[in-house]
Amino acid sequence: MEKTISVNLKIWRQRGPKEKGQFVNYHLDNVSTDSSFLEMLDMLNQQLVENNQEPVVFDSDCREGICGMCSLYINGHPHGPVQGITTCQLHMRKFNDGDTITIEPWRSAAFPVIRDLMVNRNAFDQIQQAGGYVSFNCGGAQDANNIPISKEVADVAMDSATCIGCGACVAACKNGSAMLFVSAKVSQFALLPQGQVERKRRARAMVKKMDELGFGNCTNTGACAAECPKNIPLSNIARLNREFIKAKFAE
Amino acid sequence: MANLSNLEGMIDSSPIMKDFADIESSKLPEYQIDSKIPEGPIAEKWTNYKAHQKLVNPANKRNLDIIVVGTGLAGASAASTLGELGFNVKNFCIQDSPRRAHSIAAQGGINAAKNYQNDGDSVYRLFYDTVKGGDFRSREANVYRLAEVSNNIIDQCVQQGVPFAREYGGLLANRSFGGAQVSRTFYAKGQTGQQLLLGAYASLNRQIQKGTVKSYNRREMMDIVMIDGRARGIIVRNLVTGEIERYAAHAVVLATGGYGRAFFLSTNAMGCNGSAAVQAFKKGAYLANLAFTQIHPTCIPVHGEDQSKLTLMSESLRNDGRIWVPKKKEDAEAIRAGQKKPTDIPDEDRDFYLERRYPAFGNLCPRDIASRAAKERCDAGYGVGTGNAVYLDFKYAIERLGEDVVRDRYGNLFDMYQMISDDNPYKTPMMIFPASHYTMGGIWVDYELQTSIKGLFAIGECNFSDHGANRLGASALMQGLADGYFVLPYTMQNYLSDQIKVPHFTTDTPEFDEAEKGVRERIEKLMAIKGTKSPDEIHKRLGHVMWNLVGMGRTLQGLVKATEEIEEVRKEFYSDLRIVGSADDLNTELEKALRLEDFLVIAKMMAIDALNRNESCGAHFREEYQTADGEAARNDEEYMYVSCWKYTGENEKPILLKEPLKYEAIKVQTRNYKS
Repeated sequence: MEKTISVNLKIWRQRGPKEKGQFVNYHLDNVSTDSSFLEMLDMLNQQLVENNQEPVVFDSDCREGICGMCSLYINGHPHGPVQGITTCQLHMRKFNDGDTITIEPWRSAAFPVIRDLMVNRNAFDQIQQAGGYVSFNCGGAQDANNIPISKEVADVAMDSATCIGCGACVAACKNGSAMLFVSAKVSQFALLPQGQVERKRRARAMVKKMDELGFGNCTNTGACAAECPKNIPLSNIARLNREFIKAKFAE
Repeated sequence: MANLSNLEGMIDSSPIMKDFADIESSKLPEYQIDSKIPEGPIAEKWTNYKAHQKLVNPANKRNLDIIVVGTGLAGASAASTLGELGFNVKNFCIQDSPRRAHSIAAQGGINAAKNYQNDGDSVYRLFYDTVKGGDFRSREANVYRLAEVSNNIIDQCVQQGVPFAREYGGLLANRSFGGAQVSRTFYAKGQTGQQLLLGAYASLNRQIQKGTVKSYNRREMMDIVMIDGRARGIIVRNLVTGEIERYAAHAVVLATGGYGRAFFLSTNAMGCNGSAAVQAFKKGAYLANLAFTQIHPTCIPVHGEDQSKLTLMSESLRNDGRIWVPKKKEDAEAIRAGQKKPTDIPDEDRDFYLERRYPAFGNLCPRDIASRAAKERCDAGYGVGTGNAVYLDFKYAIERLGEDVVRDRYGNLFDMYQMISDDNPYKTPMMIFPASHYTMGGIWVDYELQTSIKGLFAIGECNFSDHGANRLGASALMQGLADGYFVLPYTMQNYLSDQIKVPHFTTDTPEFDEAEKGVRERIEKLMAIKGTKSPDEIHKRLGHVMWNLVGMGRTLQGLVKATEEIEEVRKEFYSDLRIVGSADDLNTELEKALRLEDFLVIAKMMAIDALNRNESCGAHFREEYQTADGEAARNDEEYMYVSCWKYTGENEKPILLKEPLKYEAIKVQTRNYKS
């Protein structure tokens, strides 16, 4: 049943990538516990607009946990304190009346702040452009059932392919490593027959680009997988390491 | 304007339509529509077209520029495929990455006529089901072509590494969707749209790496630039810096999705908008069949006024879930008052109303029918929850298959439901209610997917072409990818073949100057209002008008009232809008205001289109036109046409043009899902 709570918000505000940011405190009453976290921020922005103040800028689009657009470090956790969901799927019933909630952007050298809670994740696109595909032109594919793929393999590939590219793994990592993100894509193709021809080239190219872009190294702390909203497992990183070493030896 | 009190008892809008639009001009010869359907029997039209169309040789492709606006299934597949062919492509999206376009949220699946299940499927049957599902208001030749290329799409996606669901033997798995009696839907868990979009995004990335496609993120199209009567460029607003930028090309492709957020609350993403359609409309492109908007039957019900969007529960759930409300009104009342739980109602007191009314298709009848049936039960007082909800129950599936099988099939959807509603659907039935989901109407295109403006193409949901008055489940993904991978890359060459001598365009022309000036003036005008209401507040008000009067059940009186109320919202917008911040900077409020301004144009056209159509067909249900048992009563004699609307100026009445629909390969009949 619906009830309402009051919350105190401590939100990071920053005009631009080069400018100094600071925490600003806000108070919000009558937040329905059935509302989502982002609907609560919409309420705050409505209140700010009513007072002729600029709203807090944050990314969000699908609001059902699949587009990967939303981010936010909430009370020290990427996508908030509940495991296995994105910020847009977090509901206010997970908070108590009178709580103070701290909201920060992703903090990583590779994801500069654009404004307030919005960051630039172009680096992820660049890693994908370096090799996250099977090279063939539209029109040349054979019949889809010509190559059987075992259900188990297809299911594991699907689990890796579930990555939404939100960047929580990088934000969670003390080194700012993108290994979970890269390993999920490399794994998907390493598992499937269609990805075999370019398997080695892909692993080398994507890791090289990742290193170039200023992501940190992996020290196996596992924070990425623990905070991943899609529960992408660490076994992907193990697979990427094997793929990369094999590819290196083959050089 | 018509006087509401004079409309008492009137059901045919024809006598008053002149107040809303120029209806008579549709007979003039200059307004006759050429849909460019190729000659020949239906199964040979596309083959004939391809055999005789003009091509562009590889050396010349390099010299031709194409702008693609949008990176969803249609936009990304078109941009990557045109890049593979060798054209120079510029690809735009409003999100921070092409991978985030709203196609990503499609859950259930994609149809194809593979007949892997040996259950009697064929290209013809997929074509037939789609035309019938669209209630005989789609263009036959386009739909046949769609069914024809459906199989290529599955081959293409598997080669890309899309991890479709598979059987233990290693072959592809299928499931059923509404409006079909075969299992032809391919899927990747409940994330089919995500996987197909990531496939297209991967192909796009390959072209970006090769340099054939240049990707422009966080940019929103503000206008189309016309040079000598052809679309030759666009003006965009850089959403990060607020700068106005110019881009030129030999052709422009719109792949900008649907206008379902005219209802404010919908299953669409926050950024989904109809602005590209309005910009095209104002430049002379026709908007078609705008009244055909799909209200999806299985969404999580509204929780309150602060809600920003609605979440869909995939139609695939209707494979195994049974939809019901209490048979007795007192049970429904007790449930609404919190005195009874759904699990307290014995089977014999449950009304499985879809199975009762439509025995042949049962819970898998098409979306428009399932939505209306839910509304009918709730309006009659049998709704649960707030009164606007029905149950979708998995008790029977769990008894039959076991909880593990159900979890394997729908686990992520169940989790999503539990997160939002705080109820466990393994233990208690889900509550669902219809919500705005998809728009069948959109920018009018011919067989080549070209709009009525030369050089301007529209693909995917933003065009009107394939779904008629109602889209079947798992057909949106099919259409987006068909247009982008297999249709536009051919028809585009037919258009560009005589453009090979036209050099790359500069943006330093009077036409670009004028277009940019127009955009700047428009933005300044909105910034200068300095009222008191945020764009969202006004958008919510528009949404209420649209949902109540232009939603699932429409009447002549209601639609006239809607046009008046939309006008009032419009007045409020232009007099009381507040945009904080400045225009030449990142400004999310300005983005919302600009989109809302365009929704006001579309909303009015939706109401006028619905008013013009004195019949019920597919998702367009005019309450005055129904059969004795509450089914849609179509009027083929007078309305078997595509209603195309031509812009004539701000505050001027639009002109109605008609594209007659002819069915040669299929017998027109009353849609029947009962037997």
